[in-house]
Amino acid sequence: MVVDSLVLHLHPTKVPVSTLRFSYTWGLGGLSALLMMLLAITGIFLEMNYTPSPTHAYQDILDLRSNTWFGDLLRNIHHWSANLLIIASVLHLLRVFFTAAYRPPRELNWILGVAMLLLVAAANFTGYLLPWDQLAYWAITVGASIVTYVPLVGGYLNRLILGGAEVGAATLLNFYAYHISFIPAGILTLMAFHFWRVRKDGGLTLPKPIDQVETPKPERVTTIPHLVRRELVFALLWLLMIFFWAMVVPAPLEGIANPEISPNPAKAPWYFLGIQELLLHFHPLVGAIVIPATALGALVLLPFYDTTPHSVGIYFRSRRGRALALLATGLGIWLTPAWIALDEFVLDWAGWLPTWPVLISNGLVPLALMLLGLIGLDDLAKRVFGANLEERILFIFIFIFTALVILTLVGIFFRGTGMALVMPWDAVVH
Amino acid sequence: MQKDSTTPNVSRRNFLKFSWGALAGLVSLEMGALTLAYLQPRLAQGEFGSVITAGKVDDFPPGSVTHISNGRFYLSRLPDGGFLAFYQRCTHLGCNVPWDQAEGAFVCPCHNSKFTPDGAVMNPPAPRPLDLFPISIEKGEVQVDTSKPLVRQAFTPSQVVYA
Repeated sequence: MVVDSLVLHLHPTKVPVSTLRFSYTWGLGGLSALLMMLLAITGIFLEMNYTPSPTHAYQDILDLRSNTWFGDLLRNIHHWSANLLIIASVLHLLRVFFTAAYRPPRELNWILGVAMLLLVAAANFTGYLLPWDQLAYWAITVGASIVTYVPLVGGYLNRLILGGAEVGAATLLNFYAYHISFIPAGILTLMAFHFWRVRKDGGLTLPKPIDQVETPKPERVTTIPHLVRRELVFALLWLLMIFFWAMVVPAPLEGIANPEISPNPAKAPWYFLGIQELLLHFHPLVGAIVIPATALGALVLLPFYDTTPHSVGIYFRSRRGRALALLATGLGIWLTPAWIALDEFVLDWAGWLPTWPVLISNGLVPLALMLLGLIGLDDLAKRVFGANLEERILFIFIFIFTALVILTLVGIFFRGTGMALVMPWDAVVH
Repeated sequence: MQKDSTTPNVSRRNFLKFSWGALAGLVSLEMGALTLAYLQPRLAQGEFGSVITAGKVDDFPPGSVTHISNGRFYLSRLPDGGFLAFYQRCTHLGCNVPWDQAEGAFVCPCHNSKFTPDGAVMNPPAPRPLDLFPISIEKGEVQVDTSKPLVRQAFTPSQVVYA
């Protein structure tokens, strides 16, 4: 009775039958929420056996693994849930994008979602340092150094984040404070707001057959038991898979942090390796600041320049949209590695234009070329396929996203000693 | 009420609202400044980030490169007796750049940036030469101020400090 009442405070009494279909939402929002709760609970228990000081942190992790009942399992669940959360959040963002569920009246909810994604990345980054091993120390050194390339205030920002000129005791304490208080508080507040907005905006968008324009009047069924049953089974299955994975695959731990010795290569956490890979090809101001900031801006403002109302609830907008989506993915998968290889072995902008400042020769020049390429792709979609605005936005978005995924995969699996391009079996993967 | 030259354009209500808003804005700025001040790094004497005594001038023979670990720098004494202190932090993404005797250069293990013996950058991805720390020589001792790395685009003779 009490549980029913709780459920009905969070859910509407009835939901449209068509939104229950698993292959519509894939339960990704729900998975993200489940992972957040799992991380909060495992996190609180982990706090009881951890001191955020360079003299204690590493030993605490070792003690968790060997001297504490279920300590290793707890840490593994926390680590793998955190990584899965990044993937689930991004897939959730993709699903919402593909079904145009950010269109009015859901614009605010989209922005809340992107804000949460950034907080999740921040939670991952701050948590990454806490074991105080070589992996943690240098990944954070390299990751935090990316902000030094912000013009004017880069150095100041870097020292602010680190609590000093380098990763040290102050950094560990500050990151711990952010990780267990500010960031979870922020995520929980935004989650509550996000869920409330879902209800206020009329619940989930209704899935529509591909050529249909009018939105049908939906047939509804009661939340209890139809939706709740599905949520419960889904949650239990995922908990099972996560626990099993955590039992079998240990969270990584290297030797204790040594500020004197930098590993070769030093890689940022995997979700930042796309940006680190960009840094190997562009001047840092362009690769670390201009491109990511522009992409983030375009992402956040999406509901304000893509406002056609009709295709909400249809995956990829239309038949042409589906074809363009496939084409964009294919182009991304082919062109990105081709360009990486070209830039690695053939292109040498700084060498070909030695009299120009590096910011221009290895920054603005390749950036301009890429923009021309994107404009060319957009033109292709318009002229050859006759795509309308929303289909072109879909096309470019998927192309850029695929490129980002490829960059990240290359950063993880194809970079080895000296950050040289190598085959995966020679790469250094953490 | 008729609008004439004596009727104010702004009502009392709007003026007060605006004033409250402006004061709230001011308070937010002050709170922001307070927060940033609180978050500034705290430093102990002799720790990296303060002035570090590297040693006596005569401890460093001309033509030598000495690693001062707690200062995070390399103290180079040039053949003509002048001193340079290179911050060991790679100007790319912050790794420690060790001196490679075999290569005769500073080689960064993280992403393969290389620097010449006077800190100039030999190849990307590092965007600029190794930073310097200001040196002062007092009473025959070499003092290196590690609170302020000097960012430079190239080597100039004025950067060298003589005893």
